[in-house]
Amino acid sequence: MSEARNVSRAVLEGPDIQRALTRIAHEIIERTKGAGNIVLLGIPTRGATLAARLGERIAQFGEVKAPVGSLDITMYRDDLRLRPARPLGRTELPPDGIDDRVVVLVDDVLFSGRTVRAALDALNDVGRPKAVQLATLVDRGHRELPIRADYVGKNLPTAKSEQVKVYLEEIDGRDAVVLIKREEDQ
Amino acid sequence: MRRHLISAADLSRDDATLILDTADELARVSDRSIKKLPTLRGRTVVNLFFEDSTRTRISFEAAAKRLSADVINFSAKGSSVSKGESLKDTALTLQAMGADAVVIRHSASGAPHRLANWVDGSVVNAGDGTHEHPTQALLDAFTMRRRLGTLEDRRVTIVGDVLHSRVARSNVLLLNTLGAQVTLVAPPTLLPVTVESWPCEVSYDLDAALPKSDVVMMLRVQSERMNAAYFPSAREYSRRYGLDRDRLARMPEDAIVMHPGPMNRGMEIAAEVADCARSTIVEQVANGVTIRMAVLYLLLGGETQ
Repeated sequence: MSEARNVSRAVLEGPDIQRALTRIAHEIIERTKGAGNIVLLGIPTRGATLAARLGERIAQFGEVKAPVGSLDITMYRDDLRLRPARPLGRTELPPDGIDDRVVVLVDDVLFSGRTVRAALDALNDVGRPKAVQLATLVDRGHRELPIRADYVGKNLPTAKSEQVKVYLEEIDGRDAVVLIKREEDQ
Repeated sequence: MRRHLISAADLSRDDATLILDTADELARVSDRSIKKLPTLRGRTVVNLFFEDSTRTRISFEAAAKRLSADVINFSAKGSSVSKGESLKDTALTLQAMGADAVVIRHSASGAPHRLANWVDGSVVNAGDGTHEHPTQALLDAFTMRRRLGTLEDRRVTIVGDVLHSRVARSNVLLLNTLGAQVTLVAPPTLLPVTVESWPCEVSYDLDAALPKSDVVMMLRVQSERMNAAYFPSAREYSRRYGLDRDRLARMPEDAIVMHPGPMNRGMEIAAEVADCARSTIVEQVANGVTIRMAVLYLLLGGETQ
């Protein structure tokens, strides 16, 4: 008789995540010429935490204070009817809004691209940014839409059946990116 | 969440908290310039109103439209109901038109419950006779939570025509679920006979209850449902159970005054009390749209069974 069980392997540990975020922060400063006109918008839950961390680093390295906010995309999802109604996350825009600024969307895992599509729709309803960029801690491939990230912490080749889970200190008590595989036992 | 919202008693503490939390997030949408969300695009919500209503019908209509649902308003006046069509035939007509949700107000207690057996969509009770009005109770709880922070162990006094009030019954049930302590204050003639079985205290003395209240909710005296004399005169009622400036002064300083509307100014509530800073009456109307958005989203936003 065969039995399925989950095997999980940490692909990024705490220090790896810190280094990846530090590099992304530098890249954002470089690409946006000093990060003077950007807004960091995290997609709840973990994207919002990552956006806050990136904001701290940009303040440290670039000596500019980038406004940080969060953008909940639940009401814009295209798969709402496939699952029971979900609780909503928090949308919190910086007081000056996002008009004419470069918005950097921040999410933990980039997978099908559908979350980002929903985020672009949601952005449309809250203002008109000058440009939109995307930062993600992990890009695991398998895109279903023509979407790519501008800043990637780690490209992680995965099988579609695998699961990627991000743990963050502020929410989960530890920093890690874990790859979960289902294995058939004999 | 269940498929229908017929009674406040259907909601567990988790359900009710989920609705209030969802409304908290949706309240932010009302602050932005584009107030519309695409969530219920392609869904149809029918407002089926057999009884007059302004704020509840408009509130449900605004809520459904902000979620991009298509709204069909049906009022009994000028429809085939005035030609004698039964509720069941009306329900079957709506069913054939593919209504995903039916918001019903009816003068007969229990009408939404019957309707739920005849249609496939969700049924939302927007007030049935003297029975229940669950979305009003939800918006009241939402208003209290926003003003007071939490409902746990808060003391809520509901005053007036409890006998004819669906708002009172729904509020008692929901507030009890959420951990508040409810006291009903009314003349003995305006209390239902079954009130002892409700999860609340009962008193005939408003002045004794006021200093111990975090919330005072005044109910409208529903003269249109009164076919007999329940109290000697409007003046006497007002003197014993009306909320005027003197009584307001006897409430704790941070206590709030609520009224589900429409008000009889000068009867159960003095005009100056209704318009004071501690009155949440206008807030309740705004919160009504938000809470109904939350209810429609949670009933219709997910998978359909």
